[in-house]
Amino acid sequence: MTSGGFLLLAVLAVPAFGALAVAAIPRDRAARLVGVIAATLTLVAAVALPVGRNQGWTAYAATAAAVRPWHAVDLPWAPGLELRFHLGVDGISWPLVALTALLTLLCCVYTLWRVPGRGDGRALVALLLVVEVGILGTFLALDLVLFFLFFEVVLLPMYAIIVGWGGDGADPASRDAGRRAGRKFALYTLSGSVLLLVGVYVVVAAAGTADIVALTGGTELSRTTQLAAFSLLALAFAVKSPLWPLHSWLPDAHTQAPTVGSVLLAGVLLKMGTYGLIRVAVGVAPEGARWAAPALGVLAVAAILIGSLVCLAQTELKRLIAYSSVGHMGFVLLGVATLTATGIQAALVGNVAHGIITALLFFLAGAIKDRTHTGALSELSGLRETAPRLSGLLAFAAVASLGLPGLAGFWGEAFAVVAAVESGGALWTTLAVSAAIGGALTAAYLLRLLRRVTHGEPTPAVAVLGPGLATAELAAWTPLVLLTLAVGLAPTLVLGIAEAPVEALVGVLP
Amino acid sequence: MSGPSLVQSVDHVALLPAYVAAGTAVLVLLVDLLLVRASATVATAVAGAVITAVAAAAVGSGADRRTFCVGTDCSYVFGDWSALVAALVALLVLGVLALSGPLLRAGNTPVGEYCFLLACSMTGGVVLGAAGDLITLIVAVEVLTLPLYVLVGLRRGSLASAEAAVTFFVVSVVATTLTLLGAALLYAATGGLHLERLGTLLADEAVPDLPLTTVAVILVVAGLAFKVAAVPFHAWAPATYDGAPLPVAAYLSTASKLGGVIALLAVVSQALPPEVTGPVLALVAALTMTVGNLVALRQRRTVRLLAWSSVAQAGYILAPLGALALSGDAAARSTAYAATVAYAVFFVLLELAAFAGVVALRPAGADGGDLDDLRGAARRHRWVGAGLAFALIGLAGLPPGLAGLFAKVTVVRSLLGGGAGWLALVVAVNAVIGLAYYLRAAALLYAPAGEVTAVGVRPARAVAAALAVTTVLAVIVGFAPQIVLDLAGG
Repeated sequence: MTSGGFLLLAVLAVPAFGALAVAAIPRDRAARLVGVIAATLTLVAAVALPVGRNQGWTAYAATAAAVRPWHAVDLPWAPGLELRFHLGVDGISWPLVALTALLTLLCCVYTLWRVPGRGDGRALVALLLVVEVGILGTFLALDLVLFFLFFEVVLLPMYAIIVGWGGDGADPASRDAGRRAGRKFALYTLSGSVLLLVGVYVVVAAAGTADIVALTGGTELSRTTQLAAFSLLALAFAVKSPLWPLHSWLPDAHTQAPTVGSVLLAGVLLKMGTYGLIRVAVGVAPEGARWAAPALGVLAVAAILIGSLVCLAQTELKRLIAYSSVGHMGFVLLGVATLTATGIQAALVGNVAHGIITALLFFLAGAIKDRTHTGALSELSGLRETAPRLSGLLAFAAVASLGLPGLAGFWGEAFAVVAAVESGGALWTTLAVSAAIGGALTAAYLLRLLRRVTHGEPTPAVAVLGPGLATAELAAWTPLVLLTLAVGLAPTLVLGIAEAPVEALVGVLP
Repeated sequence: MSGPSLVQSVDHVALLPAYVAAGTAVLVLLVDLLLVRASATVATAVAGAVITAVAAAAVGSGADRRTFCVGTDCSYVFGDWSALVAALVALLVLGVLALSGPLLRAGNTPVGEYCFLLACSMTGGVVLGAAGDLITLIVAVEVLTLPLYVLVGLRRGSLASAEAAVTFFVVSVVATTLTLLGAALLYAATGGLHLERLGTLLADEAVPDLPLTTVAVILVVAGLAFKVAAVPFHAWAPATYDGAPLPVAAYLSTASKLGGVIALLAVVSQALPPEVTGPVLALVAALTMTVGNLVALRQRRTVRLLAWSSVAQAGYILAPLGALALSGDAAARSTAYAATVAYAVFFVLLELAAFAGVVALRPAGADGGDLDDLRGAARRHRWVGAGLAFALIGLAGLPPGLAGLFAKVTVVRSLLGGGAGWLALVVAVNAVIGLAYYLRAAALLYAPAGEVTAVGVRPARAVAAALAVTTVLAVIVGFAPQIVLDLAGG
């Protein structure tokens, strides 16, 4: 096996064995420390993936496959189900892999310092690592059935995190709310993934293979199959992303989840949907994608507008940020729906930017809620007076989220609109204009949030805060702040690496 | 059809597993009579089950053995397939014996009779997989079920148990009558009873397509559907399971259900025309899973929840057979049969684990109790609770219960391969409904105990061992599903 293949396996094996080790170690703090080490090693392996990547496009020129992984591992698993353990990484998946590894590490570090609610910190860290395995596996899988398998792995651990560590302590009403939110999350997500299962086998039954590399381009599938497959797959990913009107699990899950749960949920879990849409749905059923693109675009813009309008009316901090995700993911889906290189690039950079910024926002919202024990905007104001650092960071994250040029949020949203304009025609121009209006609304609700929370007279809840930040908090937030700046100033970090695979993908679209 | 000689040559090697199983039953009675020690009786039954499984595997590993033949038609064909069925039934009996430990030790149950009846039932299961004609098949199914009427009623002094036994008896007898009537009509229409001959006769254009044939086919299928507890012939199952002693309920929902599936599979795959059975079974499967899951949502008693869920699971098992109507080619059909068997194997493993978990968490000899009795159980008994939660999640078909996930994947794959996309969607929707109650039960295990004062229960060692073994097996086939797929396809 090549060193690249070894790295790929390590990216999955380290957190998996890390989770087992954490679960096996009886001492709470030592176990959490082991979890941090495992997450660190995973990040190192993930960051090392581009090293020694296969730059020689000529080597692949003869096959001209639309997916050309830098490294790949391809082992048989269950031939009776067309299941192969086929992993690979390329420019589309790598930024998300690195982001996942980073966010999990930050969550583990944060948990080292603070365990939410009444729960057991050890089990939480183990579950975080299992979630990481599922998400990384989804991004790395190059076999449709394997992709589905990893897609499913995430579900129950995330449910357990929401139910087990969510809510506000011992209050039974809040526990019930947490349980309800968890169940809603599990049932919604499972309905998405069973559609994925059916969609996957619609493709596999027609093509006789589950190899994403071979299937990309949809050459072997009839138009009818592609339409059916795309409808099923797109629905499945729309639940996960989430796309309006299938989003209603998201605000509840976020509001109830503990901080680290929200960070992973918004930061990378949602990206499984958009990544799947690009890699699997569009890649495998391009004709279906072409057919459904207008509908997808309309829904994406509806998500942007409705998400923003709902945000304007929100009175709860975490709920507001959760709904803002609906709007932001709308931009990402709009980019995908254009089916142009610009649009898909915008979607990828938007994905990463949203992951970084929303993770930061949820960390900050969690910190505020932990300190003040309330998330109601009416009980929060004047944060600037008592906790200037926290307030400053919140302002930074909010401004990044609204898409200020020079910060990470700008590129994805701007280019999604540009891609829609470039697509031409009355429909896409209307969509572009509406999306731009949605962008303005985004600015409105985030500035409203800042005005409510940071400005004004300190409320009793806020008045007692001290200005200090814990070291673990700084350790968890600094990388996110730096990345927001880095991606904002040099979007080529993501775009450059994704350019070739996106061109290759767009090249096979009809 | 008159044979030249009335004396048949009997291949006793082919019959060896059946001899062992029947011998076990007799030996158990003798040991119970002569030694009068419960442990010796149980040990005999355990040894008998093990030897039966080994004998089945040994005989099955060779070439197919056919006996009781008239011309080319044989009433007893022992091949890979029969070996799998026989070994599975024997192992399930072994598992159920392990689960019976606390029940037998509690002293209210006659040990000798209990073990004897289980061994008798095992004999039926061993013969079942090898049955080559309709009569052998029906007799084998009856031998499998008959002892259960008594076993279900064994909870002395329990009205529920007696009611359950009567319900089960009446329903089962009606079902057998239907099947027999169907078999008789088939004989009248075609003159054949051997499965393979029936298959060729019914496929033959020369045989007139009488309405009688269709009626006969539907009667046979309906009668066997009773045994599988498929909707609309399911109503007996929840009451019977809930009234029966827990290990017997476990046997009913694993070995007995497996027997029904095997019988149905045998007639559908060899004898009956798929264009008649396919649509009927597709409809039955869709109804079974939907009704089972929807009613399970409202259950408050543990065993009733498992019973309704096992009704729903029967729907998934039957679903691939429903895809047969549309697919003419043999490859898709054998995929469908293999999918049914594979799902059944995954299912009995997880179902046995789930019952083992429930038995372990309940006081010795108690019934399943309410779901609330299990609240917080996983906090008190970490490993047993985790095992039960794992089995429930597996039945729901989600990781970490990979065995259950692959079971669902196998069924969906065969349905889409067989052109029954709508049924695949029904399965998909049902998987979501199923998660709702499995998740509720599993989450309950980890919920804080609250004011409920838990009864002090120490899981019995044999039960814990059975749970451990089934869980380990489920983990293994979860990571290597090809083992089961190969067994099922072989």
